[in-house]
Amino acid sequence: MPHFAKPAEGSWTEHFGLDTEPIDYRDSIAPEYYEREREAIFTRCWLNVGRVEQLPRRGSYFTKTLEAAGTSIVVVRGMDDTIRAFHNICRHRGNKLVWQDFPREETSGTCRNFTCKYHGWRYDLTGALTFVQQEDEFFGLDKSDYPLASVQCDVWEGWVFVNLDAANTTSLRDYLGRLGKDLEGYPFHELTQVHQYRAEVGSNWKLFVDAFVEFYHAPVLHVRQAVADEATKLQSVGYEALAYDVDGPHCLVSSWGGMSPPKDLTMVKPIERIVRSGLFGPWDAPDIGLTELPPALNPARHKAWGLDSFLFFPNFMILVWKTNWVLTYHYWPTSYNTHVFEGTCYFAPPKNAFERLGQALAVQTFKEYGLQDGNTLEATQMMYESRTPVQRFPLCDQEVLLRHLHTTVRRYVEAHA
Amino acid sequence: MSVLPPGFEDLARFSEWILPTERERWAKRLASTMDELQEFYDAAFARIDAAAEYLKAVPYTDDMPDPAKHLLWLYCSLVTISFAVECWRQPYVPDSGASSLDAVVEPAI
Repeated sequence: MPHFAKPAEGSWTEHFGLDTEPIDYRDSIAPEYYEREREAIFTRCWLNVGRVEQLPRRGSYFTKTLEAAGTSIVVVRGMDDTIRAFHNICRHRGNKLVWQDFPREETSGTCRNFTCKYHGWRYDLTGALTFVQQEDEFFGLDKSDYPLASVQCDVWEGWVFVNLDAANTTSLRDYLGRLGKDLEGYPFHELTQVHQYRAEVGSNWKLFVDAFVEFYHAPVLHVRQAVADEATKLQSVGYEALAYDVDGPHCLVSSWGGMSPPKDLTMVKPIERIVRSGLFGPWDAPDIGLTELPPALNPARHKAWGLDSFLFFPNFMILVWKTNWVLTYHYWPTSYNTHVFEGTCYFAPPKNAFERLGQALAVQTFKEYGLQDGNTLEATQMMYESRTPVQRFPLCDQEVLLRHLHTTVRRYVEAHA
Repeated sequence: MSVLPPGFEDLARFSEWILPTERERWAKRLASTMDELQEFYDAAFARIDAAAEYLKAVPYTDDMPDPAKHLLWLYCSLVTISFAVECWRQPYVPDSGASSLDAVVEPAI
């Protein structure tokens, strides 16, 4: 008997029209398949590369390497306040245009022009070539023929997205669909206290998405982080989501969250009792001007609601917590069996030093969980790549979004064959 | 010299834990023995109520006075090591051998 209601079909999986057969993971172990994903997904879908707060002033810029899309871009706020993105390459001899000390590392700052380190070619912030060193030495060079190569760029609720497909005609808002629209109005811009973590993970990018779109693993893998009685209870009850939603390639899992604050202080660790924070964030939610939840949040309107995890396909997750903070995950593939994971915590600025400590504990908890998750993925990847005869894996109804992800990837890859 | 606020002189012997970044706090956790972590944990936890009261009265601003900042960072270190002491009974996260998760953006204070 489920604790939370399921759709009339009897399962979320069947409700979303997905099959219930065991799945195979050959989509996560083949270099050739990864090349197809790069072409069909990462160079065609809208990708989140940051937030507008990273571009606070006219002339503010940051770089972002998108290995899966085969490029590095520079994103800049122009003198007209428009945010633009360009391939980070000088039109003269192809030097990486914006970098500092190490060509492979990201950089950010503020400038009026981009000047190439190699021969001094200069571009304004709209990408126009404005200066060529010894222009007379060139052969009929018309500067207007050599602007920076622009990349489609748009902003949704303060999140900056790019699309590497010059022929793309789907607007960002259309791409983000109903789930995006129904999340609009959430005061992301109030959450300016940022902690970001980065990991190089030895697994296919989809395996980490898999790990974070199901909580079926939580009572087992993370059991030692709970106090003993609570751990026993969590394992015997298992995990059920309040609701799932699927909207085109995007999806959502809505989860309970009774630990923030817990009903009984003995349910949590000693430090949590004093600092009043933990996995679900600081217990005392700050006022961020949220009078009514946008319709996408807590879709079941359940009183035990704790957080919603959105996956905006392919690689951007937003977790919105009841206690008024946000966690994002990005999964940036670097090969068929490696990717870079970024986890970013967004809080309201603390009002006092004690609130800062509470945020530190929430971030620390995220880190301890993330370290367990990351290594498990490498263990999974290893065995998928082995030649064991075990090739098909059953997924339960609480793993419905994994099935949706792998199905969506297959559809994209097949559509662009 | 990392001075703590008046009343917290007893914690001065743990001043090596007054570290401004999570990267440094994490590195120190991994470089410590469980005996060292337990000793710091016991001493800092014994004063945590007083520290919490003190920190609640300190506005979170860029010009936070040094002693308050030092107390905050000392207790951020307690947060950093709390899992090692309360859950893992070892400095490392169990089964996390090959993985790392490094702070790339964190608040100045």
